[in-house]
Amino acid sequence: MGLSALLFAIGVFGVLVRRNVIVIFMAIEIMLNAVNLAFVAIARHRGSMDGQVIVFFVMTVAAAEAAVGLAIIIAMFRNRETTNADELSSLRW
Amino acid sequence: MSPVGFFVLAALAVASALGVVLNRNPVHGACALVAHLFLLAVFFVGLDAQLVGVLQVIVYAGAVVVLFLFVIMLLNLQADQRSMVSPPLVFAAAACVGALAVLISGGLREPEAAAGTALPQGYGETEELARLLFTRYALPFELTSLLLLVAIVGAVVLARKRG
Repeated sequence: MGLSALLFAIGVFGVLVRRNVIVIFMAIEIMLNAVNLAFVAIARHRGSMDGQVIVFFVMTVAAAEAAVGLAIIIAMFRNRETTNADELSSLRW
Repeated sequence: MSPVGFFVLAALAVASALGVVLNRNPVHGACALVAHLFLLAVFFVGLDAQLVGVLQVIVYAGAVVVLFLFVIMLLNLQADQRSMVSPPLVFAAAACVGALAVLISGGLREPEAAAGTALPQGYGETEELARLLFTRYALPFELTSLLLLVAIVGAVVLARKRG
């Protein structure tokens, strides 16, 4: 459980600190996997399979989100030729 | 799971996660992500979630990371010179994230009661997961298939060349 929290924290750190959006995405995947680990551990502790079903859904949603997110990155890269999160700032005030 | 094995695996998982987050080269980060996903799959199998572990390898390490690598190759990303934000922000982020880790692990205390209850027969196997998926979780299952359809169409539309 502490391991899951630590891995989640490492993922959050990665999202906050890196500039390259693809590395930010990989850090998001680490966060999702840390949550999956917590779910599986708790499910085993309670002896119920519900946690594993939730993990199944989280995995599916994460795969879909990774696909769409990477498509967005490709589209933005075509427009602006950069993967630097500081420069992809057209939605900022 | 033996304590020694757990700590060795945990240390490796943390090291590979740090490798993803701290690497300059995105390709090296993607390789560290593959290692991390495989280590988590070992964790899942050790926690009696065999189907989830196998799915993790097939879906995550097999498809998602490959997708990442394809995109990195497509965009021809090089190792960044300034790969992180400015050092004061890094320090602040590390402090906040450390506090976050302490808070989360404090809140995730396992309840002391019901420790060591015997697992039901067929726990973690495909049949049990499938039974739950088709009975209690049938609605999320169908909605997930709709979500996947939307994701596929969206990804194709977004990544298309203009004209």
